[in-house]
Amino acid sequence: MPESSSAEVGMRNAGTAPSYPARQGTPTPRESLALVEPMPEVSLLHLLWPKWLTARVRARGGERGRAARIALLGVTGALFWTFVLVVVFRLLLYFRGVPDIGPLLAGKLLGLIFVSFFAILLLSNIITALSSFFVARDLDLLVSAPVDWLRLYGAKLLETAVHSSWMVVLMAVPIFVAYGVAYEGGLLFPLVAIATFVPFLVIPAVVGSAVTLLLVRIFPARRTRDILSVIAVLAAGGLVLLFRMVRPEQLARPEGFRSLVDFIAVLKTPTSPLLPSEWVQRAVMSSLLGVPDALPYYLLWSTAAAFVVLGALVHRSLYTAGFTKAQESSERWARGTLLKRIGNAVLAPFGIVRRELLMKETRVFFRDTTQWSQLILLGVLVIVYVFNIKFLPLRGEGITFFLVNVIPFLNLVLAGFVLASIAARFIFPGVSLEGRTMWLLKSSPLRMRELLWSKFWIGTLPLLVLALGIVFVTNVLLQVSPFMMYVSLFSITLLTFALAGLALALGTVFPQFETENAAQIPTSFGGLVYMMSAVALIGAVVVLEARPVYGYVTARAFGGDASIVEMVLGFGLAAVLCIGILIGSIAIAVRRLEAVER
Amino acid sequence: MIELTALTKRYGGFTAVDAIDLTVPTGELFGFLGPNGAGKTTTLRMIAGILQPTAGTVRIAGIDLAADPIAAKAKLGFIPDRPFIYEKLTGAEFLRFVAGLYDQSGEVVERRMTELLALFDLLEWKDELVESYSHGMRQKLIISSAFLHRPEVIVVDEPMVGLDPKAAKVLKDLFREYTRRGHTIMMSTHTLEVAQSLCDRVGIIQHGRIRACGTMPELRAHAAAGEEGLEEIFLRLTGDNAARAVVEVLDA
Repeated sequence: MPESSSAEVGMRNAGTAPSYPARQGTPTPRESLALVEPMPEVSLLHLLWPKWLTARVRARGGERGRAARIALLGVTGALFWTFVLVVVFRLLLYFRGVPDIGPLLAGKLLGLIFVSFFAILLLSNIITALSSFFVARDLDLLVSAPVDWLRLYGAKLLETAVHSSWMVVLMAVPIFVAYGVAYEGGLLFPLVAIATFVPFLVIPAVVGSAVTLLLVRIFPARRTRDILSVIAVLAAGGLVLLFRMVRPEQLARPEGFRSLVDFIAVLKTPTSPLLPSEWVQRAVMSSLLGVPDALPYYLLWSTAAAFVVLGALVHRSLYTAGFTKAQESSERWARGTLLKRIGNAVLAPFGIVRRELLMKETRVFFRDTTQWSQLILLGVLVIVYVFNIKFLPLRGEGITFFLVNVIPFLNLVLAGFVLASIAARFIFPGVSLEGRTMWLLKSSPLRMRELLWSKFWIGTLPLLVLALGIVFVTNVLLQVSPFMMYVSLFSITLLTFALAGLALALGTVFPQFETENAAQIPTSFGGLVYMMSAVALIGAVVVLEARPVYGYVTARAFGGDASIVEMVLGFGLAAVLCIGILIGSIAIAVRRLEAVER
Repeated sequence: MIELTALTKRYGGFTAVDAIDLTVPTGELFGFLGPNGAGKTTTLRMIAGILQPTAGTVRIAGIDLAADPIAAKAKLGFIPDRPFIYEKLTGAEFLRFVAGLYDQSGEVVERRMTELLALFDLLEWKDELVESYSHGMRQKLIISSAFLHRPEVIVVDEPMVGLDPKAAKVLKDLFREYTRRGHTIMMSTHTLEVAQSLCDRVGIIQHGRIRACGTMPELRAHAAAGEEGLEEIFLRLTGDNAARAVVEVLDA
C-alpha cells in the first residue's frame, strides 16, 4: 500500500529527516520504495544522552543537607587522597634512596598495585555488565527501537566501564601523582598516565562484558545465583592464582635469597608479563626513568582496540539470544516452612513487628542471589587471609619480641578492613534496597527506628561472629599473649558495632533507591564515603589503643609495670568513640529515613 | 473518616497541592478525579503519610497524622498506583509481613489471607515468589494486603490499572460492601465510568486545587451540564480541548 508506507515514513521521520516535496497523485510501488530512505542512524552519544542528563540532575539535585554532604565528602576524600599520596610518596622516596634496586622496587610496587586494580576491574565489570547489558530498565526501549547493535554495544560497554571503573580511577590518581612527583616526571607525565590508564580500563570492561555474555548464554540472567556462583568461583581461583604469581613474601625477606643477584633477578622478572598491569608499569617506569619505551603503549592500545573489536563480534553473534534468555525466568517456588517455624519460635519474644522484619530480611537476603553469592567470595577472602597469617614468617633473624606482639595489633587493623568491606557489601545497601517498597513501610504504623534496628542486628550478629572467629583463629596461629588476645577481641567487638552502625547510617544518608543491582550499591558514591570513614575509624581506634599496648609490650620486654591510667584512658576512649559512633549513626539514620519521601 | 485542612505541598516554587480542604465522612466512597499531574497522587500519598505536607493537616479516623502518625496509620490501608513489592517473598509471606507491620499474626491473619487470596484468584499462587507475578497479580496482592488488617480508611491510587475484568468487578463489589459496613474509601481514578457508577461523591482536582466536589447531581449543577455524564462534566470543568488537539496532531 504505497500511500500508507509513505505516510508512515513521513510521520516517523518528522522533525529529523528533510521533508519531501508535495506530489500529485499516488506514487507507484517503485516510487514509494525510492521514498523510503534509510532511517538516520542513532548516534552513540544520543544513546548515552539520558545517562548524562540523569547524572547532571543528580549532581545538581537540591535536596536538603546536600551542601553538608558534599563538604563531608570533599573533606573525607581529600584526607583519603592525602593519606594515599603521602604513604606512596614516602615509600618511593625511600626506594629512590636505595641504589640499584630502588627503581626495581618502585616498578614492582606499581605492578602489584595495578595487578590488584586489574582483578578488581575485571570482577566489577562482570557484575556490572550483567545489569547494564541484560536487566537494565532502559533495555526494553533500546532493544525495541531501531538502534544498531554496534551502537548499543558501544553505549552499554561505556556505561559498564564507567560504573565499574570510577572508584579505581579515583584510587589511581594519588598513586600516579606520587610517582610523578617522587621521580620528577615533569609536565608531560599526566599525559603518560592518561595514555596508559585509558586502555588499561577498556580491556577489563570488554573482557568482563564478554564473560557475562557467555555466562548468560549458559544461564538465564535473572537466575543470577548460578552466574554469580561461577563468577565467584572464577574470582576466587583468580585471586589465589594472582597472589601466588606476585609472590610477595619473597620480596619481604631478601635474606631468603641466596645472593643479591638472585633478589635483583626476581625483581627484574615481570610479575605477569601477559597482563596489562605489567605494561602500565613498564610504560610509567620507563617514562619516569628517562628511557622511553614505546612497546608497552603499543601493547596497551592495540590490545584494547583488538578486544573492543572482538567484544563487538561476540556481542553481535550472541547478544540477541542472550537478551531473550535473560527475559525468561524467574524462580517460582520458594520453600520457607522450616525458616518460618524456626523464626516463629526463636523470634517470638521480640514481638510480631520485629519478628516479621527480621524474617523478611533473612528471606530477602538469601533469595537475592546478588547478595548472598558474595558470601562465597567473602569466604575465599577470609581463607586467603587466615592462610597468609599462618605462613607469616614469625621466627628467625630480625623477628623481635616487639614485632611478634605488634603483628597481632596490625592483624586487628586488617581484620577491621575485612569487616568494613563486608559491612559495605551487606549492611550499607540495606536501606537502599527498601527504595521501591518504601511506600509500604512509610504508610504502615512502623517506626523507622524499628526498621533500622532490625537491619542493624540482622547484619551485625553474623558480622560479630565472623569478626571474633577471624581474630581468635589468627591470634591462635600467631601464638599471641593472653593480653593481646583480650585486647584484640575487645577491640574487634567494639569496631564491629561501630562499623555496622556507620554502614547503616551512611547507607541511609547516601541511598541508591533506584539501583537495579544490589552488588553495585557498595561501589556508589556513598559506599566510597563509608569505606573512607571506616578506615578513619579503624585508624582512630588503633591510635587510641597503640599507646597502652606499646606500654604493655615495653613493660613485658624490659621489665616494669604497664600504666593502668594509660590503659583505662586508651581503651576507654576507644570504647566511647565506637559506642558514640554507633548511637550517633543510628540517630542520624532514623532522622534521615523519617524525612525520606518516596 | 478523612479530614484534610488547608493541605498543601510545594516542591520548590511549584505548588503540587494548593490548600485543599476536604472531608470524606465515615461510610463514604469518595472518587478523586483530575488530569495527569493535577495533584491526585501527591494528595493521596500525603494522606498515607508517605509525603510530608508543606502546610495543613491530615486527620484519619479523627487522629492527626502529624501528631500521632503511628496511631493514624494503624487505621489506614494504602494501595499505590505502582505495584512495587518485595520480589523475593512469596505472596503469602508478603501478606504475613504486612500483617506483622500492623502487629497482627496468627490464625486470624492466616484465615483472612486465604479468603482474600481466594477472592482474587491468587490462592494457587500464594507460595510462589512475587517476581513471577504479572502486573495485575501484583496489584491484586497489594489490594489484598490493604484489606488484611481491616482498616477504617482505605486510600487507593488508580485501583483498576492492570486488573482483568473479573478482578475489577470483584474490587468494585468489595469497595461497595466495605463502605456499606461503615468504612471509608478514597480513590483516585481515570476511569470515569467507575467513578460515576461507584462513588458516593466525586472531587475534581486541577492544578492542585479542588475545582468541584459533590454528588453527580451537584456536579451537574456546578458545571451547568444538564443531564450530561461525568466525562462531559470532567472535560468541561478541566477546560479540556482534547478532541481538537487529536485532529491537530493527526493533521500535523
